[in-house]
Amino acid sequence: MTTLDLLLWGVLPYVVLVVCVGGLVWRYRFDRFGWTTRSSALYESGLLRIGSPLFHFGLLLVIVGHMVGLMVPEGWIRAVGVSDPVYRVGALVLGGVAGFCTLAGIALLIWRRRTTGPVFSATTRNDKLMYAVLLLALVTGLGMTVFFAGLELAGGHTQDYRRVVSPWFRSIWILRPDAAAMAGADPLYKLHVLVGFALFALLPFTRLVHAFSAPVGYLFRPYVVYRTRVRYAAAGGQAKRASRRGW
Amino acid sequence: MGDGEARRPIGRVMAQVAMVMNLDKCIGCHTCSVTCKQAWTNRSGVEYAWFNNVETRPGQGYPRTYQDQDRWKGGWVRKPGGRLVPRAGGRLKRLATIFANPVMPSMQDYYEPWTYDYETLFNAPLGEDFPVATPRSVLTGEPMAVTWSANWDDDLGGGPELARHDPIVRRLGEKVRFSFEETFMFYLPRICEHCLNPSCVAACPSGALYKRAEDGIVLVDQDRCRGWRTCVTGCPYKKIYFNHKTGKAEKCTFCYPRVEVGMPTICSETCVGRLRYLGVVLYDADRVAEAASVEDDTDLYEAQLDVLLDPNDPAVRDKARRDGIPGRWVDSAARSPVLALAKRFRVALPLHPEYRTMPMVWYVPPLSPVVDSLTSTGHDGEEAGNLFGAIDTLRIPVEYLAELFSAGDPEPVRRVLRRLAAMRSHMRRINLGQECDASIAGEVGMTGDEIEDMYRLLAIAKYDERYVVPTAFGVDEADAGAIDEIGCSLDFEGGPGMGGMGGAPPFGEASGRPDAASVETFHALRVRQSSGGRVAPGGRVNLLNWDGNGRPEGLFPPRRSGPGEGETP
Repeated sequence: MTTLDLLLWGVLPYVVLVVCVGGLVWRYRFDRFGWTTRSSALYESGLLRIGSPLFHFGLLLVIVGHMVGLMVPEGWIRAVGVSDPVYRVGALVLGGVAGFCTLAGIALLIWRRRTTGPVFSATTRNDKLMYAVLLLALVTGLGMTVFFAGLELAGGHTQDYRRVVSPWFRSIWILRPDAAAMAGADPLYKLHVLVGFALFALLPFTRLVHAFSAPVGYLFRPYVVYRTRVRYAAAGGQAKRASRRGW
Repeated sequence: MGDGEARRPIGRVMAQVAMVMNLDKCIGCHTCSVTCKQAWTNRSGVEYAWFNNVETRPGQGYPRTYQDQDRWKGGWVRKPGGRLVPRAGGRLKRLATIFANPVMPSMQDYYEPWTYDYETLFNAPLGEDFPVATPRSVLTGEPMAVTWSANWDDDLGGGPELARHDPIVRRLGEKVRFSFEETFMFYLPRICEHCLNPSCVAACPSGALYKRAEDGIVLVDQDRCRGWRTCVTGCPYKKIYFNHKTGKAEKCTFCYPRVEVGMPTICSETCVGRLRYLGVVLYDADRVAEAASVEDDTDLYEAQLDVLLDPNDPAVRDKARRDGIPGRWVDSAARSPVLALAKRFRVALPLHPEYRTMPMVWYVPPLSPVVDSLTSTGHDGEEAGNLFGAIDTLRIPVEYLAELFSAGDPEPVRRVLRRLAAMRSHMRRINLGQECDASIAGEVGMTGDEIEDMYRLLAIAKYDERYVVPTAFGVDEADAGAIDEIGCSLDFEGGPGMGGMGGAPPFGEASGRPDAASVETFHALRVRQSSGGRVAPGGRVNLLNWDGNGRPEGLFPPRRSGPGEGETP
């Protein structure tokens, strides 16, 4: 294990974590007004109606897949009666379908963004960077899956990420990073993880923050919301302003 | 009023600032729209948004065909069990479709905002052709053909072809004819209805939209809005707009910074026809849901009236005190022109009660140019019997008005028009010095005195009687300073707050705390409206408030007057 490995897999995860969490806190405190989906549905809705659910639902599945693959030790999976071959085929099929939906969705959305005049005009440099990283993460992930599956079919041998990447990922969260495990991973895994780092570091500073305002509370509140000004101020819901005004 | 329903126990009493518009007086000048736009939506991202717009009816409205709820899914529907659910779907369906709102008007349904390429006007080289400023899309900057706007079919522009697409005309079908001789039109100014049962609020997944408990104004918390756009679908009046630059929803604020200090909204203040009325109504919040879910659409109007409480009733005053509504608000509600027109005289009707949102902007339906048309047929156009008889053959079909104001039931509209007609007849007799005919008032269920009161409110429409707006209570800390200041300066005539920047502060002009702009505006307007001459505001003046009169101190450099003062800068 080299120093670079230690930096990449032992230090960088924590840097990304601090940037991501700190960035979210910072954004919530200082830019709540900018915390929005910045939807472009008003400009164009025909393609959006297909592309956006395709992408978002696909992405939700992909996230669930990553959680299972990375967080759940293989022993547990076997313990509930899912054998390795079954798990692999299931992960490949579900992951493949979800990944393909996500990729198709984002491809449609990017094409729409580029070709619809008003939508393109409303695209910032920040958006473009975010799209590039997001697309790269999807392409490396899906490409890797397909490549390894093809290799297996051809009779080759591939590395099981559950022996390499997953232990390293779990070790991060217990603050004892196992950089050595990741150092021995396939270069394709490494690439995908690095792109993932970039994505999470960018997340608080792009429109992706809207993922953290998934309105779950809507399910549990009465339809009509009343607010008294006094109670609202006392609850600290609003940034405190001085009564002196600037104009 | 209040005799039949007063037996029921009164639930939680809440106050609502409401509006009435008298459509008979609207000349479609759009001053309200323009001043509203200047005040609230002259920013990028909301170029296409008009918190106040004036539509010509019949017409498609703005956005186009917004009243077609089969298509746009606004408002509430009553489920067979009597439960109300937003028409676009309940909570689960809303969250399931959050990634692409399927029924949101596109920019083209409003109109694509544009500007003109003025630069070529100035920079065009000398040539044979006269330079023109071509329209450019505000969204893309590209040249565009202007094909629609917020008010494209104004004054029946486009005539039968466009008016045919009016959702109400389509529903009425053959009953409405567009032959030249039978054409009709009237204006319908619209703002947010600040509903008692707002479906936009119900649709907001983030909880950013809320109804203020103190005055019922519905607002969007810009810090909490996440741009899901479900409110745009939820509002059946399509009075919530998505700011495409900031990614947040925006809507009519009922000019709350003005209303809080006792001033009318900007659309009311600048209304040339003086057709808007503002006032407080008290209502029983516990009965709103029940009233909004009565089975029959045509009962909604009466149900809505029943929710309003009589501020002169001692029991209501008692309960209002219990629920923290200050006495001055209850007194104000007793003088409210809105309550008078909606409940005492019953001439103001809600717009589209069938959406079940309990709208709080009410309308006095227009009595078409009936007198002239009756006179031209050789009848006495202001004789009560003739007027009453003419109501069903009015140029503006009662059925059309009923689709707007009473869920299709012509009876409430007919009653209002008969009262307006009776007022004409009654007042003519007075003006001609004839003997009062009590039967005219009696025929529409009123007394002569009531008719004269109604006449005073509708026809004379004094400023103080049109706008009865009490100053805010229960303000948050941020506004406390401004409101306190108003309280004391109003109490002491000529006190420190009585002009501009509040007299001379102790340590020079920059010392002390400046008045809030709203306080200055309030005093400036007060001086302007109550003095005959051209008065300069006293002391230093905020440029926003300067109306061009006089030479306010500190606005211009000192005049160079006479010799010996050469060193003046």
